[in-house]
Amino acid sequence: MNFILDHYNYWIVVFLMMTGFYIVITANNLVKKIVGLNVFQTSVFILYISEAKVSGGTAPIVTEGATLYSNPLPHVLILTAIVVGVAVTAVGLALIVRIKRAYGTVEENEFKKMDDAI
Amino acid sequence: MSDFIDLVLLAMLALTGLRIIFLKDLFAVVMLFGIYSFLTALIFINLDAVDVAFTEAAVGAGISSVLMLGTLALTGREEKESSHSSILPLIVVFITGAALIYGTLDMEPFGNPDNPIHKHVAPRYIEDSPKEIGLPNMVTSVLASYRGFDTLGEVVVVFAALIAVLSLLGVPKEGQEKAPASGLKSHQVLRVVAKLIISPIILFALYVQFHGDFGPGGGFQAGVIAAAALILYALVFGLPNAVAVIGPRFLKFMAAAGVLLYASVGFFSMYKGGNFLDYNKLAADPVAGQHYGILIIELGVGITVFAVMLNIYYAFGNQVERSNIQ
Repeated sequence: MNFILDHYNYWIVVFLMMTGFYIVITANNLVKKIVGLNVFQTSVFILYISEAKVSGGTAPIVTEGATLYSNPLPHVLILTAIVVGVAVTAVGLALIVRIKRAYGTVEENEFKKMDDAI
Repeated sequence: MSDFIDLVLLAMLALTGLRIIFLKDLFAVVMLFGIYSFLTALIFINLDAVDVAFTEAAVGAGISSVLMLGTLALTGREEKESSHSSILPLIVVFITGAALIYGTLDMEPFGNPDNPIHKHVAPRYIEDSPKEIGLPNMVTSVLASYRGFDTLGEVVVVFAALIAVLSLLGVPKEGQEKAPASGLKSHQVLRVVAKLIISPIILFALYVQFHGDFGPGGGFQAGVIAAAALILYALVFGLPNAVAVIGPRFLKFMAAAGVLLYASVGFFSMYKGGNFLDYNKLAADPVAGQHYGILIIELGVGITVFAVMLNIYYAFGNQVERSNIQ
């Protein structure tokens, strides 16, 4: 039982990462691919935050009576990564809007066919 | 108890992720993604990462969903049947997953205080930062002071993303004639509720901005929350009305000003005889100097993030309005 609890977070992270990966490689629609990328990205965030957790610790804000704190460094890395992530997602979505305007579709196989016809 | 909550929330997250794969209705996919983000935020709280949870709830569930919905309004909400065979991807995913699971068997046990990650630089941050920086929130100390270079880089990336989006979608024009179907004119309840909550949201953003040194919060979260208030205004009362409050041209200026404010703190500390972003030199007392430095650079971060998020929304909203007119 302890072995499962010790690794449970990592297994879920791998599962989510593979879910995101699967969506990215099989989805036909570009917006869904972006959702898949975001799922993948979030799984990495959870990996970092799981690593930072100390059993019995509290949030890394100094409070009376607390001696054990979780590790603040991964929190900082992931906090900024989330904001950069949404900015990059916005660039991806903007590209999709331009693809829609140029090809009239955002389904991967359809605009691929148009490209091949040229 | 905390372990049990962790088990349940992660299982719910896995189920949500699995459901996203099979849905063809993209509107539902985006809504599920919002739920997914909120669940992630809850997990972050349970794992003691309150600052991160704050950001994830505001960014993932708020801004990301709105931008994806804006894109769907332009591209259609149904995903068509894929022509790929799904067997090869499934094999690839299973093999990669199995390799990664095999890798996790060598990982340190979850939550063990003796893990290597807690032995290197973290004890110094935890023990010395309250004395050196004088702030109770260690995340803010590390973000703004110890890793100030890093954060400056992130802010520049966010700014660069704005430039990329604007060069792809174009800058919305100010003072153009109103689109006929702009805003939600027939939804009286939404209009009244939105009017009631917009000013508290902005007040809350300011609280998060300036209380970030002592509790969870800071420039990143405050900027996103303030942008969310104006996005709500634009959604309910129409884009032209929001543009009349803060125009895209002014926002571009704000986004650059935030980055400049951040960098100028670095140059000012060099002028005072220290290194780049060495806040100790900003005042006679090093701890007071740290406090000034962190306050100003967090303000710079907040201004840039606010301006970038809102301007990106304007760029998408403008595309939607234009396609509505045509």
